[in-house]
Amino acid sequence: MNNPIFKNFGAAPVSNRSSVSQNSISNQRYLGWVLFSLIGLIVAEIVNLTVPDTQEINNLAYRIALLGLILLYLGIAAFSWFNADRRGKFITRAPFRLAMGIILTLWDLLSTKFDILPLPFFPGPSKVTGVILEEYGFLLQNTGYSMRLFFLGFLSGIILGVGTGILIGWFAKVHYWVFPVLKITGVVPAVAWMPFALTVFPTSFVAGVFLIAICAWFPVAYMTTQGMASTQKIYFEVAKTLGAKQSYLLFHVALPNAVPQIFTGISTANGLAFTTLVVSEMMGAQGGLGYYINWAKAWSSYYKVYAAIIIMAVLFSIIMKGIALIQNRLLIWQRGLVK
Amino acid sequence: MSQENLIEIRSVDRTYEDTSDNSVEALKDINLTVRKGEFITIIGPSGCGKTTLLRLIAGLDAPASGKIMLEGEEITAPDPQRGYVFQQGSLFPWLTVENNIAAGLKAKGVYKENKADVARFIELIGLHGFEKSYPHQISGGMAQRVAIARALINRPVALLLDEPLGALDAFTRADLQDKLLELWKGDGTTMILVTHDVDEAIYLSDRIVIMTPRPGKISEIMDIYLPRPRQRGDALFMAIRKNLLEKFHLASATPQPEYTI
Repeated sequence: MNNPIFKNFGAAPVSNRSSVSQNSISNQRYLGWVLFSLIGLIVAEIVNLTVPDTQEINNLAYRIALLGLILLYLGIAAFSWFNADRRGKFITRAPFRLAMGIILTLWDLLSTKFDILPLPFFPGPSKVTGVILEEYGFLLQNTGYSMRLFFLGFLSGIILGVGTGILIGWFAKVHYWVFPVLKITGVVPAVAWMPFALTVFPTSFVAGVFLIAICAWFPVAYMTTQGMASTQKIYFEVAKTLGAKQSYLLFHVALPNAVPQIFTGISTANGLAFTTLVVSEMMGAQGGLGYYINWAKAWSSYYKVYAAIIIMAVLFSIIMKGIALIQNRLLIWQRGLVK
Repeated sequence: MSQENLIEIRSVDRTYEDTSDNSVEALKDINLTVRKGEFITIIGPSGCGKTTLLRLIAGLDAPASGKIMLEGEEITAPDPQRGYVFQQGSLFPWLTVENNIAAGLKAKGVYKENKADVARFIELIGLHGFEKSYPHQISGGMAQRVAIARALINRPVALLLDEPLGALDAFTRADLQDKLLELWKGDGTTMILVTHDVDEAIYLSDRIVIMTPRPGKISEIMDIYLPRPRQRGDALFMAIRKNLLEKFHLASATPQPEYTI
């Protein structure tokens, strides 16, 4: 640039949040917080090891699980050592982790140790985690079934949803004929279709895929349409003056503009799909965690029901986290634009 | 500067319906010839139809009657040979600076063979180092540079500028005015600028078209015979400025006809 003034106007303000809290947490204090986080879990482990059992039980899985948690948090603590932001984050979570350890200890004492909570409805932590050792093969098989069903249904629902949304959002005729149908059928919970699905499809697995797909389809399609419709006119005009054809306007203007809304649709669909997954497994399927819960209930093995619920909680959290990561990656252009 | 005509606007009218269904004459009997390679500025108070006129030239809008021709061919739709720079907020927020500029080539479908131009234009507008930034991360002035580069990368014969510097602070504006002149001298693109800034018009233009509102029409076309590079504080500049402001004042002060439907 030949104009010296320009350079001063060029630099964009880049926020740097981490520099403020740098070195504000001393090593000693941080180590104190690490111990504070872990002390509950350590106590839980010691209590389980030292207090004699009243209920007859195999404690191995619970002890391994506790040790695993302790090691996991220690690992996170070590990983956060070098970064002031992460240190701060670790500290904010410390009270919660302490409480978790205390509650596990109390639960253990009230059940396995002193047998106060009534069985079979309220088994202790050792009993619940013990399921994993007891029948990990069967659990794994059912978890695999659930995941396969979920991903097939959810992904086809998203693809169909985005496809339908694009057609409705782009073609006036499709909008006229299909959008009302979408709006009317979409509010019906997918599981209402179950009798129909079980009759029409050859296997309960395919029926499950269908149900999950249609429950995901509606919010994704709806939000895709909305997102495309919300495109500002100026973007289309810009593209036209640059020589864009219809396909460019659709795939490089309207569709990218809709991506934030599409993800809103996907998040909604995600929650609905978990529900539909479990309900359809409980009602018709020959496998899956929902099926496992039903089966365990029939044998009054409530500890297995709890175990299945815990597995679901972990799996579904991981899936939601995964979707959030993809969303952050794709919507990097929005960061700082929307709170 | 050649005297060859580039754009001819012949008896153009443009009306629109206002909220109470009255038809309003946004433009009435506009006649204007834009010469190839000139820097022409359309100036006037808001509501005089200057942006409407520019949109007609771009092909974003169609006249109610009359014709607009580019090198003898009637303009019916937008085309990359008439680049358009909007006032603000026209960058695609989901694309980086680099990809916004490349969008010019991609929309036209000529990206592969002209890939190298993107880096060249980033250099030209002085945004080296900001290639990977998103529009919300750069300043308003930088964003307008990108918008100009995006329109220029398709090598338009004319660049239509709709108050492109209107939303910028005075320093950034002065700086970008110089940039515009530099780009104009560089490849001789015809520049058609819409503005309501008198100084900007005098500093940049070969000719200034003065428009008046209700109905929007051209009241006068002024030639600016100031040698370049121009100095804003210069006596001649100030004289022209005074003259133009007076005309403006008179032009706006003309009794406006009431019309009944």
